[in-house]
Amino acid sequence: MRDIPTQQITQTVARLCQEANYYLGEDVLEALRRGREAEESPVGRDVLDKIMENARIAAEEGVPLCQDCGTAVVFLEVGQEAHINGGELYDAVAEGVRQGYTQGYLRYSQVRQPFSTRLNTKDNTPPVIHTEIVPGDRLRIIVMPKGGGAENMSRLAMLKPAQGRQGIIDFVVQAVDEAGSNPCPPVIVGVGIGGTAEKALGLAKQALLRPVGKPHDDPEVRELEAELLERVNDLGIGPQGFGGRTTALAVHAGVFPAHIASLPVAVNIQCHSARHKEAVL
Amino acid sequence: MKITTPLTNEVVTSLQAGDQVTITGVIYTARDAAHKRMVEALERVEELPFDIRGQIIYYVGPSPAQPGQVIGSAGPTTSGRMDVYTPLLLAQGLRGMIGKGQRSSAVKEALKEYKAVYLAAIGGAGALIAKAIKKADLVAYPELGPEAILRLEVKDFPATVINDCHGGDLYQEGKVRYSKTA
Repeated sequence: MRDIPTQQITQTVARLCQEANYYLGEDVLEALRRGREAEESPVGRDVLDKIMENARIAAEEGVPLCQDCGTAVVFLEVGQEAHINGGELYDAVAEGVRQGYTQGYLRYSQVRQPFSTRLNTKDNTPPVIHTEIVPGDRLRIIVMPKGGGAENMSRLAMLKPAQGRQGIIDFVVQAVDEAGSNPCPPVIVGVGIGGTAEKALGLAKQALLRPVGKPHDDPEVRELEAELLERVNDLGIGPQGFGGRTTALAVHAGVFPAHIASLPVAVNIQCHSARHKEAVL
Repeated sequence: MKITTPLTNEVVTSLQAGDQVTITGVIYTARDAAHKRMVEALERVEELPFDIRGQIIYYVGPSPAQPGQVIGSAGPTTSGRMDVYTPLLLAQGLRGMIGKGQRSSAVKEALKEYKAVYLAAIGGAGALIAKAIKKADLVAYPELGPEAILRLEVKDFPATVINDCHGGDLYQEGKVRYSKTA
């Protein structure tokens, strides 16, 4: 058993909220550079240049990449031999989000009673927390600020198993096509296949955590990702929807076994401001 | 092309989908909650918080300004959520909107009817766009936090014409130009 104090968790979450919002990952920047090289549209190239310029300014000045500093989505991988002491784990995470957003000049985007009063909670809490118990005595924390514009383009379909691989492709391409310019392309398309309805959505979101463009370990899934990327980029939506080749920087899929009656497929779209930072305690 | 606010009929009618423009002058921020408030005010036959005639509304909820900054990051939010409110504001004399993402056919029709224009700024480039904002003053609804209405003084604010007042639509035209799906 290894002790992990909640105070350390709070400090770490606060730091990750700020780092994720200020510093775009090198994998995303590299994917943007590759997109810039391949882009046929002059306007599209200009947009990609400005997105990279924006990332440079944000990092140099310590300001948010995007005014939408997101819902704080926090993934916790808790080692089963770890012992969290000094308070409640989720309270510690929420306090980290509160400190990170209030002290880091990050925008508060969470509203309470979303169906009626929609009052801003004024500290960006509560976060959305996903917890997994894993072997070991460590705690891995990933903070993913998720912007509303891209998240609003999420889709779920419970396909018939007979629709198979082609059904998946048609649904994913249609989801990206209908999203159009809304989710701030170039996007990263997270796809979840299998499980139950909520499992598929979780797989789609978790797939976005993979380094951009790193293919899936399973060759069959890798091939599906490549075909989806090609089909999505054939749509012509391009950077910001102004027309062009680079609609998506990558398609990442996650797969889980499904019920004999089911073929769930979920799409979770990530804007080009693909922000997530992690730490292991 | 350089344009200044308030927008004149001559400027609006000269703009074509796909034009790259820079905007200098005053623009007003408003997004979801502020639009709801403004339309509710109109329904009660009350004055809007600012004279909307000839003006541009920028769909933005900026991040907080750090010490020494005019404004935090300030890129556009998705415009489609404002579609339901937009024709009413155009009828009041609004001449331009800056946001990102496609508009409804009702909004596109209203742009033609009231001679107005819809422009896009680069979504997710809020740190870069903030450089074009020289002054920011609160106008209304401070209790809405990032959704309050601000009066922004901008200089050479970069934007792209998406929907002009003649029916042009860059999102459709650009996609057709680069589509390989036939």
